[in-house]
Amino acid sequence: MKKKSMRPLSVIARTACGMYSWFMLAFGAYVIVHGDVTPGGGFQGGSICATFLALMLIAQGSDYVEGWLNENFYKVCLFLGLFMFIGFGLMGMGWAFDGTMMFNWAAVAHDQLAVVKPWWPPSGTVALMDIAVGIEVAGGLSLILITMFRAVRLNQVVEDGLGKETGHDQR
Amino acid sequence: MISANLPYFVFAVLFLIGLLGALLETNLIKIGIAIDVMESAANMFIIVLGYRNGGYIPVKFLMPEGVTNFVLPTPQALTLTAIVIALATSALMLSLIVMLYRHYGTLDVREIRRLRG
Amino acid sequence: MNLMNHLLALALAVPLLAAFATPLIAMISPKARNMWVSCVSALITLIVFGVLCRVLSMGTQVYVMGAPSWNITLPSGLAIPVRIILEADAFNALVAFIASLSSLAGAIYGLKFVRKFTGLEFYSALYFLLTAGTLGMILTGDLFNFFVFLEISSVASFGLIAFWRDRPEAVEASYKYMLVSQLAAQLVLVALAFIYGRYGVLNMAAFSSVVQPDLVSKVVLVFILVALGMKCGSFPMHMWMPDAYAEAPASVTVLLVAMSQASLVVLCRFCFSIYGTAMGTSVIPWALIVLGCLSMFGGVSMAVVQHEVKRLMGYHSVSQVGYMLTAFGVGMLALGDKTAMDGFGVTAVAGGIYHMINYILYKGLLFLCAGALYMAAGSRDLDKMGGLARKMPLTSALFLIAAAAISGLPPFNGFVSKWMIYESVYAVHPILMVVALVSSVLTLASFVKVYQTAFLGPEREQFAQTHEVPRAMIAGMCVLAVAIVVLSLFPSWTVNTLVRPAAEALVNKASYGAAVMGGALSCSAVFSLALVSGTRAFGC
Repeated sequence: MKKKSMRPLSVIARTACGMYSWFMLAFGAYVIVHGDVTPGGGFQGGSICATFLALMLIAQGSDYVEGWLNENFYKVCLFLGLFMFIGFGLMGMGWAFDGTMMFNWAAVAHDQLAVVKPWWPPSGTVALMDIAVGIEVAGGLSLILITMFRAVRLNQVVEDGLGKETGHDQR
Repeated sequence: MISANLPYFVFAVLFLIGLLGALLETNLIKIGIAIDVMESAANMFIIVLGYRNGGYIPVKFLMPEGVTNFVLPTPQALTLTAIVIALATSALMLSLIVMLYRHYGTLDVREIRRLRG
Repeated sequence: MNLMNHLLALALAVPLLAAFATPLIAMISPKARNMWVSCVSALITLIVFGVLCRVLSMGTQVYVMGAPSWNITLPSGLAIPVRIILEADAFNALVAFIASLSSLAGAIYGLKFVRKFTGLEFYSALYFLLTAGTLGMILTGDLFNFFVFLEISSVASFGLIAFWRDRPEAVEASYKYMLVSQLAAQLVLVALAFIYGRYGVLNMAAFSSVVQPDLVSKVVLVFILVALGMKCGSFPMHMWMPDAYAEAPASVTVLLVAMSQASLVVLCRFCFSIYGTAMGTSVIPWALIVLGCLSMFGGVSMAVVQHEVKRLMGYHSVSQVGYMLTAFGVGMLALGDKTAMDGFGVTAVAGGIYHMINYILYKGLLFLCAGALYMAAGSRDLDKMGGLARKMPLTSALFLIAAAAISGLPPFNGFVSKWMIYESVYAVHPILMVVALVSSVLTLASFVKVYQTAFLGPEREQFAQTHEVPRAMIAGMCVLAVAIVVLSLFPSWTVNTLVRPAAEALVNKASYGAAVMGGALSCSAVFSLALVSGTRAFGC
């Protein structure tokens, strides 16, 4: 069974993509953080962050990327983002703020902003949840890319469980 | 009347292209693309419904002073949600196509008929 | 913080949080994951039971997400509700409780049914997501929220149907179901866009107070009927049901049954609580009745010739959904007319609702028994089974209870609900009752065939080593069996306390709207607002 993988591009393309990918991460973070007033937000910025991995796969080739890839990092991002999101939602319901679920407990009116807390996002929990969703979507979409990429490789990637699952129709 | 309602005609044509593609195509990937076209048409329809002539951005402190007509923000929130859903289902559909190809060896939907009768 | 006020939001938040936390807890040990799954399922059932008790004692409950307090539906100065509102009346809360019971049964059953496979942490996470999606579809009062939960439960079910991914038929069934489901979801989205463009509101109660019988409303109703008919498996669009129900693991099929009923719940909401008599024609009720009759007869006639157990039960699902569609169609036909409503209308709607909850319970039990047969006999083909009643006495007793309930034999609850449907359907046209009776007889015939082939008869030598299925699976089946027996032993209590209030809450359009909109003051304001927004949307 011949092993087929994605071949890396030429040296020029590899160097340029290596430089651009970090700018893409920074731009993705900018789109996430400024999502409450400019176009953007959690999902959009998270997708831009996830294309970092796609660019690396196309430019460097699959062998190189499989070498440094650590998918636990993306799993941590995914679950951290999910828990932050639900945590911010449930905090409005809780013991400190007597509201309902997803209550905007951190909102500050715009004209009081400069006086009270200049560093606080005026839209309140919307900005915090944007950041949570951005982290989660970046982790989640990267995991989708890694899983689909491993599935289309024509050599068999033997995970631990695959051997145990054959023969469902004959027990 | 036609130029004012042009976005709705475009939506109708795109939605019908997607629908006919999903019903009549025989290649699995083309069916997936047709469903994606249908989802994009529905998203476009929602956005177009929020437009107001000469409207501004619906953010209060980014509008000039004394302006009261702005584009409706609710359809934009609905469309974002619908785009995320479309992405998730497209990813799942492509994964299932990969597994179907590995099992059946063909991408023709007429050959994938083991469950019958 | 008064916990009882927040029960509705917790009923949606707890399964979601459990779904996110399950892969992390599964990293500790498999025993921790099993305990987590069973405890959280029991907690979800308790929360929804609390919602049901509160609704039955205090009337329709609402919950406003994101407001300073849980019941501020109309913020100061506004005449339409602007936040996502969850609304539970007697109908919603009853179906949600039965759905949570079936989720509990499937979760306990699944502890032992799928233990030999890998990827179980994602199986449990997807299972909780499917539960969250089903409860969200039933308990919501906002149309776009319904669309979001519809897609959550659909995507979770695509993954769960293809759980045995080494079987090509499972992947094929999941793909077929995905195509039908995506088509239905896009039709729902286009209908929601029409509603928003014409009326400017997306809340169910607000929409019910402004709807007019013009072209856009009729288009919306047709789209929603076709789309939700696809999701619950009525006749021309039922092809995915036998495939998907057969190829999914049995503990998942229980929840797929509850999910299809959740779409039927929203279909009833649309027809009765939102549109009501505002449709002006009787085409839609008659369309429902015709689709129902075709499903009843077509489903059961395809089921009689099957020789694979779960596929046979999948075709029976199509037929049972036909009963409910006919009952609700008859109820809608009588909707404007007071004498007809008192005569057969409310009975038809009550029969439909009672049949819905009975169907979730006995169909779930049937699928769990079929899964137990698969585990014991190694195959789903009836030709290869025989004489298993000696080896598996408990399973055969539970199968007998479920088969008697689905065939409508007295004294089980299936008999009571079918009787209510027969009575009310006869008043419209006798031939509908004839079709229903014939389908019932054919159902009885096919389940006699299944029971006799699988359980009775001489023992086969290849089953000498089989024994009863593990106790966790029996416990899961007993949850549903106890519910069936309780509903069967106290039929008049059930009908008077649970089903009749649900039927009255469903046909009473004014009370559904008043719980959110707060009375007569808002009607004229909302109507003028809707006219203005409608002309602006479609004019410029």
